[in-house]
Amino acid sequence: MESFSLILAIVVVTALAFDFTNGFHDTANAMATTISTGALKPKVAVAMSAVLNLVGAFLSVEVANTISKGLVDETGIRPEVIFAALVGAILWNLLTWLVGLPSSSSHALMGGLIGAAVASAGVGAVHGGVLLTKVLLPAVAAPVVAGVAALVGTRLTYRLGRKADGRAAEKGYRAGQIASAGLVSLAHGTNDAQKTMGIITLALIAGGALAPASDPPLWVILSAGLAIALGTYLGGWRIIRTMGRGLTDLQPQQGFAAQTSAATVILASSHLGFSLSTTHSVSGAVMGSGIGRKGGVVRWSTATRMFVAWGLTLPAAAFVGALAEWVTKLGDWGTALVAVFLVVSSAAIWKVSRREVVDHTNVNGDDEPAATPQPEPEPAGVVTAAMAAVTPPPALGEELKVTVPAPVPVVTASAPDAPPTPAATPV
Amino acid sequence: MNIDWAALGSVFGVSLVATLGLVALFTLGIAGLSRQERAVARGESAALAVTGAYACFAACAAAVAYGIYMIVA
Repeated sequence: MESFSLILAIVVVTALAFDFTNGFHDTANAMATTISTGALKPKVAVAMSAVLNLVGAFLSVEVANTISKGLVDETGIRPEVIFAALVGAILWNLLTWLVGLPSSSSHALMGGLIGAAVASAGVGAVHGGVLLTKVLLPAVAAPVVAGVAALVGTRLTYRLGRKADGRAAEKGYRAGQIASAGLVSLAHGTNDAQKTMGIITLALIAGGALAPASDPPLWVILSAGLAIALGTYLGGWRIIRTMGRGLTDLQPQQGFAAQTSAATVILASSHLGFSLSTTHSVSGAVMGSGIGRKGGVVRWSTATRMFVAWGLTLPAAAFVGALAEWVTKLGDWGTALVAVFLVVSSAAIWKVSRREVVDHTNVNGDDEPAATPQPEPEPAGVVTAAMAAVTPPPALGEELKVTVPAPVPVVTASAPDAPPTPAATPV
Repeated sequence: MNIDWAALGSVFGVSLVATLGLVALFTLGIAGLSRQERAVARGESAALAVTGAYACFAACAAAVAYGIYMIVA
């Protein structure tokens, strides 16, 4: 019983850590356009987004229920499985943050969960139909829909606003961007904070602390909201820089059209109960608005690296999740080993990130030529090269995960079991 | 495994129409305000433009309120 509640506690803490990385990772979705067009000062923008995320966390539990009640078969799941899933998701989130690529936190989470569930209970533990209709399909559709809407919206606002200039127009576009960015933040809070709530609830159900099919308890909602708000406030400046400056150069009109389209898409789809990635919608919208302006340029090299990261997210997180689950199966010391591995790799990634700091002072990239599509010069060079090289087979996503962090001892400890590589592509 | 094409289609349609509607309204509002700005600079007034602008902004505010309502509900 003792160790039982201990593992539950570990899962809850890890889930909150994931929630933190989620907020951290996704600040860019709401605020990259407002920051890069100068509508809000960087610090003000992230503070506003953090508050709205917190508020959003309290608004609904529908998405949480999708996760805790639908995606995987909750009867066969042990808390260790969820722990393993979170390890995969957190590591992928940190890695993509390091290279400054916006990727979907939801996909990382889903991937980790799927990998761990398959490693634990076999392929039957995942509801393939739910996966396809509720996760993969909306994820492909979201950037397309948001991109098209933003493209046409950008054209429209330039056309109708031909005669709009001067201070009134400037203030107007600012206000419009802030309003739509606020909506995205709020929607993000309801969507993504709830994913963590769903995970914690799933763990509590799996550990027998809650009856099956329960709604998340209040303390879960509160702590998840706080974790995501804190992460948002600290801000994933690297990703903000890529999203706001790396994909295209945004003018206020474009920022407004992109953010409005993203907010609309997110709201419309989440209203239909889709578990939808905010990241994909916003990135799609930013690119759409880049195409929509006359003379606007989308840096396809950056976009391509981003797409590759999207494609890798689910399998890579699934692979780490499966591996972690395999190790936790070895017993309590295996779980401890995975926990240590998580902490050490996270520390290593953070350490690498300090080689070239990106924060609110240089988020708009004033210290680099605007033509450079690659935001991180030195440490990321290696990783992104690896990422580009890795494009064809998704299973290799793990390889670059091993090359980046330093914790060699732990990796070698689990390396002998690497042969069942097929686990990487359960989907 | 049923893919709900109708739901996906409606997301697409609703998003496109709502985005374009909002962007159009808001841009017209901004255009109205800058018309008034120019009129004031010439020492005239542009009451119609201002009224229209505020009507547009009010419609946008209503849309945002509806968005918040959708998040809450």
